[in-house]
Amino acid sequence: MYFIKFPMKNLLEAENVVKNFGKFKALDKVSMQVPKESIFGLLGPNGAGKTTLLRIINQITLPDEGVVLFDGKMLQPDDVQYIGYLPEERGLYKRMKVGEQAMYLAQLKGLSKVDAKKRIDYWFDRFEIGAWWNKKVEELSKGMAQKLQFIITVLHEPKLLIFDEPFSGFDPINANLIKDEILNLKEKGSTIIFSTHRMESVEELCEHIVLLNKASKVLEGKLVDIKKQFKTNTYEVGLSIPNKNKLLKDLKARFVVTPANFKSLEDDLKLNIKLQSKESSTDLIKYLNTKADINHYVEVIPSVNDIFIQAVNQNE
Amino acid sequence: MNKLLLIIRREFIAKVRNKTFIIMTLLSPLLMIGMIVLVALLTKSSIEKKSTIAYVDESGFFLDNELKASNTINFENLTSVGLDQAKIIVSESTQEGLLFIPNKENINEVAKNVQFYSNDSPGMVTISELESIIEKKLQNEKMIQLNIDLQMLEKSSVNVDINLLNFSGEKSSKLINGVKIGLGMGAGYMIMIFIIVYGAMVMRSVIEEKTSRIIEVIISSVRPFQLMLGKIFGMAAAGLTQFFIWGILLFIGLIISSFVFGLDLSGNLNTTQIPAEQMEVLSQSKGQFILLEIFNLPLFSMFVLFIMYFLFGYLLYSSIYASIGAAVDNETDSQQFMLPVLMPLMIAVYVGFATVINDPHGNIATIFSMIPFTSPIVMLMRIPFGVPWWEILISLLILFITFLGVVWIAAKIYRVGILMYGKKVNYKEIYKWLKY
Repeated sequence: MYFIKFPMKNLLEAENVVKNFGKFKALDKVSMQVPKESIFGLLGPNGAGKTTLLRIINQITLPDEGVVLFDGKMLQPDDVQYIGYLPEERGLYKRMKVGEQAMYLAQLKGLSKVDAKKRIDYWFDRFEIGAWWNKKVEELSKGMAQKLQFIITVLHEPKLLIFDEPFSGFDPINANLIKDEILNLKEKGSTIIFSTHRMESVEELCEHIVLLNKASKVLEGKLVDIKKQFKTNTYEVGLSIPNKNKLLKDLKARFVVTPANFKSLEDDLKLNIKLQSKESSTDLIKYLNTKADINHYVEVIPSVNDIFIQAVNQNE
Repeated sequence: MNKLLLIIRREFIAKVRNKTFIIMTLLSPLLMIGMIVLVALLTKSSIEKKSTIAYVDESGFFLDNELKASNTINFENLTSVGLDQAKIIVSESTQEGLLFIPNKENINEVAKNVQFYSNDSPGMVTISELESIIEKKLQNEKMIQLNIDLQMLEKSSVNVDINLLNFSGEKSSKLINGVKIGLGMGAGYMIMIFIIVYGAMVMRSVIEEKTSRIIEVIISSVRPFQLMLGKIFGMAAAGLTQFFIWGILLFIGLIISSFVFGLDLSGNLNTTQIPAEQMEVLSQSKGQFILLEIFNLPLFSMFVLFIMYFLFGYLLYSSIYASIGAAVDNETDSQQFMLPVLMPLMIAVYVGFATVINDPHGNIATIFSMIPFTSPIVMLMRIPFGVPWWEILISLLILFITFLGVVWIAAKIYRVGILMYGKKVNYKEIYKWLKY
């Protein structure tokens, strides 16, 4: 065996995972590495194969080809106790009481009765929902049920947490609460896989991302590296000058210029200026300085949203 | 705790705590006792109620009040007023009807032309009783005409009553044959009902997990197969609990009601006619005799076999029900898959009713008690008549092996189905899932 025995850098590795449903290819040789104690974003348009991949990691479905390594070893049935999964399609037994339900699901994850009770009490206190214990789930609001589902997912303190669209259905206050808890869990040493369409939360939370499209991986790596790779040497500027048309003509002669849109207090000429690869930011500043007052100057960093759309479109 | 046990416990508790379950468990024996009491009361009163039938006899055979009152019919002679007048009288009275025996040249013609007038169509029993009374009388008349000595004829009559024994010398009776048929039919029918009722419960429970979307949460902790088995076993435990409670309640209820109403409940069980000699033997009480005969049956092994066939039959069918539940999104969609499940159960019951009564060890009965989808019902119907142990063993073995095969296929369908939403499923689609 060539598996490395010393502590792994990656908690989870997928190697050339293939999954077919009849003639439909859901995953085509997808590989990815999820580093320990990181927040990992699994992105992709609808139908890209994200849920299938998450189900394979949770051993709900088996891959046709390829392997999944958990902490350096082949994924075992017993590993489910180290994984917490909040699926996108989530629900609860409607006619079961809140406390009993939490106890049941915690014990299914392998916790003893005593441990389960202790941890449920801790989390119910933390979320201030202790009074719900004897309520039936059908009496809860959607947001309340979502909180309970979150608790059930993290209750057994898993090494790997998988959230599929965790914020859907939450109001902003509760979404923030959950976000803080996720960061908190990461601080405590959990690794988190995060699948979502909400690019702003990816921007905010994820350090690594993988982008799937049409069953294949199209992008992978550290978010900063990817952003560097996608940046276009473009700068957003706000210039203050009486004769705007003259300046615009001059600039257009030298650079690729497109109109920009940002908020400013002055009546500026707002532009995106794209530089040639050999030109540097200093050159641009020097040039602009001779022509006008620079009120606004910032490098255009592509958003995850832009990267997502661009990568998917290139792949089409 | 073992995960399978956890699931079984949850399913059991969820079922047993259900209000409908509690109400049905407590109410069913009451309904059953009520039915039995009602039937007993009705039979008693209908026996006591005699109908009156008027008759006009122009043939003269029945002149000297030859139409004697029987158990259920009183006769009133209206020959003196004539047919037309009698019709008017009877149609306005509470009498059941008017029997008209015409005057013809010979007895055969008379027999062909007897008429019965009534407002409502008379019951079959009444008519056949009338027929037999008239037949007997006319037959006697004919025999007199043919110079046959009636007294001699009566002396020559012989009443044969075959005594039934098995080869180990135990005495049996025709009465007990009826009891055996009753027991076997009852057991087989009960198994069918329970398989359908509990199978449907399993299916509904699977659909509920699917529609409430908890399924994916659960199967990230346990294997789908464990969940399916846990559900099936949990429901079986609930079913057995229900049996147990019913048994106790029914027993208590029967004792109480027989004290309160002072009814001879056992009397209704016996519809076959018992020859006079046998009646003497049972002079103490028919009920006691039946009880004795029932206790002579191998009750314990019958009970054990009932439980075994119920369990395996239920396991076989409920795993099919579970996979149907997984394949559909709601109960309405399950209809198209129901027929192939219900069909063998229905066939089993009909085959049982049709063949076991006449020929409990004939070819058809034997074959159907081997086919795993019908054996729980047909074999149970045969068992009271004594089936060789090796036949039972083979039938149970086939049933068990089939169960393993079916549960394996069902688990495959289940595994794929529970994660499928919003897809109209047909057989072709399910066949594809087997290969996923």
